Amino acid sequence: MAAGPPPAGGTYARNSPGPSALRLVWVYPDLLSTYGDRGNLLVLERRARLRGIDVESVLVNADQPVPRQGDIYLMGGGEDLPQILAARRLRADGGLAAAAEGGAVVFAVCAGYQLLGTEFGGEEGQPVPGLEILNIRSVRGQRRGVGEILADVSPALGVPRLTGFENHQGVTELGPGVAALAKVVTGVGNGDGTEGACAGRMIGTYLHGPVLVRNPGLADLLLTWTAGPLPALRAGDEEWTQRLREQRLAAVPAGSA
Amino acid sequence: MGKLPLRARLATTIGGAAGRMSRLAGRGDGSVIGGVIGLRVEPDLLALLAAGRRVVLVTGTNGKTTTTRLITAALGVLGQEIASNAFGANMEAGLTAALGQAPEAPLAVLETDEKYLPTVLAATRARVVALLNLSRDQMDRAAEIWMVARRWREALASATNCTVVANADDPLIAWAAAAAPDVIWVAAGQRWHEDSWCCPQCGSHLSRDELGWRCGECEFTRPPARWVLDGSSVIDSTGRVHEVSLSLPGQANRSNAVIALAVSEVFGVEPAQALARLRDVASVAGRYTQVERHGRQVRLLLAKNPAGWLEAFDVLDEPPVPVLLSVNAREPDGRDTSWLWDVDYRVLRGRPVFVAGERGLDLAVRLEADQVPFELVEGVDDAVDRVSGGRLDVIANYTAFQQIRVFLGRAA
Repeated sequence: MAAGPPPAGGTYARNSPGPSALRLVWVYPDLLSTYGDRGNLLVLERRARLRGIDVESVLVNADQPVPRQGDIYLMGGGEDLPQILAARRLRADGGLAAAAEGGAVVFAVCAGYQLLGTEFGGEEGQPVPGLEILNIRSVRGQRRGVGEILADVSPALGVPRLTGFENHQGVTELGPGVAALAKVVTGVGNGDGTEGACAGRMIGTYLHGPVLVRNPGLADLLLTWTAGPLPALRAGDEEWTQRLREQRLAAVPAGSA
Repeated sequence: MGKLPLRARLATTIGGAAGRMSRLAGRGDGSVIGGVIGLRVEPDLLALLAAGRRVVLVTGTNGKTTTTRLITAALGVLGQEIASNAFGANMEAGLTAALGQAPEAPLAVLETDEKYLPTVLAATRARVVALLNLSRDQMDRAAEIWMVARRWREALASATNCTVVANADDPLIAWAAAAAPDVIWVAAGQRWHEDSWCCPQCGSHLSRDELGWRCGECEFTRPPARWVLDGSSVIDSTGRVHEVSLSLPGQANRSNAVIALAVSEVFGVEPAQALARLRDVASVAGRYTQVERHGRQVRLLLAKNPAGWLEAFDVLDEPPVPVLLSVNAREPDGRDTSWLWDVDYRVLRGRPVFVAGERGLDLAVRLEADQVPFELVEGVDDAVDRVSGGRLDVIANYTAFQQIRVFLGRAA
């Protein structure tokens, strides 16, 4: 797997191509990968393999059809124009919506999160139709939210406090049937004190880029939804991640929401 | 300075005095404060100071400071005084101070921050604008790059009496420059592709081959280049081939050098003459400096963003020469370390890797994911003491780099 999306034509980074492999699908890394979004794929691959789960990662460029048979679909952040293009192409393609309807896990960050909803704000703030697979609606807010964010995850999900970085101007309203992913402790999130969204096996969040790096609990939740209960990792395999997580949690003052 | 209006003369004098005081007080090199104060007295000072001079603006994500230095060196052939913000103070105040400090210089070579290009272009009515590359960089405080390219395109479309020297191999640069009335295209290469998989014009996937890039859906394609960098040789605008041998290492600096050759030619400097001058440049504002420390040769490389890291990897000594990576996330670095995940660190396998900096733990987790063995160290001395051989390469981002420079300067 090269540092970037595969060359035109698409390649399958097959590591263990068995039929039972966990299929990770990164949707449009060429359009939606503004800042470190690859980290989420790498963390899921690593945490699955450490548990002996075979992984097959598929990178789908914007000129390729989105496969419908994936287990976990990842979507990253993007600037306004790439986001609008991605929405248009994904609506025309239909693959992601079909996979989500079929029960696949979808994890979407920032621009990817917004475009799962009914509409979002374009480059001039104009409403742009989204994929309509998550009942949320986003608009462009008054100012950009930039900085470290802390948020406490809905207790039902059993994931410890989220730590991340946000950089967006979106305000997102959750509709019926959608729960907030978390409650903001420090930062902006959706704009009303909540952060992200969760419905069925779909999660969206404003914690941008490689959010799963500092939040391995969230990564394991996604894996559990497809692979069932997971054994704990050996302490040595968690050491650096836990040290980073503790440093970031300690570095950010809680309660400046 | 006799032709400047009274208010501008006053502003320049006050600004110059402030710059000298700042240097005397040891509060920096004085390259910004003079401009800040001067602009407060006379907001049009940059335009007034630029009037009547032939100005070159240099912008892009990476290589601005080095290319500014290379162009200044090449134009030295002309034997005229050149105003330049050689230390990278690249916003309006830094440019104003550079011009104010060389009031009689008929030429100016000015590094310009990406965001300020439209304003600075309008104020200076530059004769030449050099566009190097555009890629993701400090996104918590910088504008998004598609937006930067769009603003450049609008500003350049109406730039008359201005020659744009643009890197045709970077699709975002090509799109921004294509609107300008007069463009010299340079095939200067592009190593970092992660921000240009899609057509800036229509958003479709771009395909790439040895000849460049083209859009699969619209007509947008790499413009034919007048200058072509091919490995270590360059084909100039008349078809002659020159060897680009520099003291500065790496392919990225050959790209910078070829841009400098094309800019110099606009002013009548022959490539062969210019190349001789470029070879004299050995380090730029501390970058590529080699320092001896506890009997080891320590070489300092600056890398501020993912594309910059790729360039730094390109000039590393061969394994097993060890490398120290140091990362901070202060304001000038960008507070967000997400970009670490855009860099492919697997190329570092097979050599000792040390990790330091205020965000060393972010690096540690990143290297672990790429299965690159590493040791976390306290700082540059700690790494030097663990090295058995005679050499150590250091790659650091902005404030981490400055800290190491200051530390080694003091320690030496």
